[in-house]
Amino acid sequence: ECFKKKKKQPTATLTVQLTLACVSAPQLFYSFFKSLVGKDVVVELKNDLSICGTLHSVDQYLNIKLTDISVTDPEKYPHMLSVKNCFIRGSVVRYVQLPADEVDTQLLQDAARKEAMQQKQ
Amino acid sequence: MDKVCCCLEVDTHVIVTGVMSLYAHKKQQQHKMNYVPGTASLIDDIDKKHLVLLRDGRTLIGYLRSIDQFANLVFHQTVERIHVGKKFGDIPRGIFIVRGENVVLLGEIDMDKPCDTVLQQVSIEEILEEQRLQQQAKQETEKVKMQVLKDRGLSIPKADNLDEY
Repeated sequence: ECFKKKKKQPTATLTVQLTLACVSAPQLFYSFFKSLVGKDVVVELKNDLSICGTLHSVDQYLNIKLTDISVTDPEKYPHMLSVKNCFIRGSVVRYVQLPADEVDTQLLQDAARKEAMQQKQ
Repeated sequence: MDKVCCCLEVDTHVIVTGVMSLYAHKKQQQHKMNYVPGTASLIDDIDKKHLVLLRDGRTLIGYLRSIDQFANLVFHQTVERIHVGKKFGDIPRGIFIVRGENVVLLGEIDMDKPCDTVLQQVSIEEILEEQRLQQQAKQETEKVKMQVLKDRGLSIPKADNLDEY
């Protein structure tokens, strides 16, 4: 039934995952990104390349897979023309820009605070 | 009767679970890595033509043959593509093994999408020449910038990483 619960609403998934006291700190943002799968995001890399796309999947290293990508800034990166899906290594990501209405900042703050308290203990 | 039914139920339940776990186990064996829905995996990208951007600024295009958990990649029929302005040139490289830490981005090349609309392919010598000129121009501007800063008593310490992307 745990599986059924997860299938219902994405926000419910996030609630279940983040309010679980046993979530380890490295997994917090992994769970957070998992709840954003399917949303449109803009990933800015450390080489100043910005890529807009739909979040397809994320892994424990926060590697990101995007589908339907487009280079947002002026296309001084011509080699990306025929690329539709891409895999971005987590270590080269500078920012992940998300629409504000897709993120429950209160929930995230609470979960992070809980994690910080757990870490102290 | 009840007991038998129960037993059957219990048995069927066990059998079902058994089959499920066997199926799950088989599925796991099919994929080299554990598959959890929603996890970013390069498994489905194998044997497809990909473009990889490296930390030193190079672009490699080839067929992805092998992967591991560090994103180390094995490329087949690799071509190094050099872009200068609107021109590009391809240098055939054969088989490449890329260490995962040097990978910036890995993109699947869509064969259907036409890509030569704005770009003009030139010969290897020409593109290498263009690249050399571009590097030269860049070094000139850097020199001028450093000089201007020096005149004002400022200095930007050189970045101690080798990333040139």
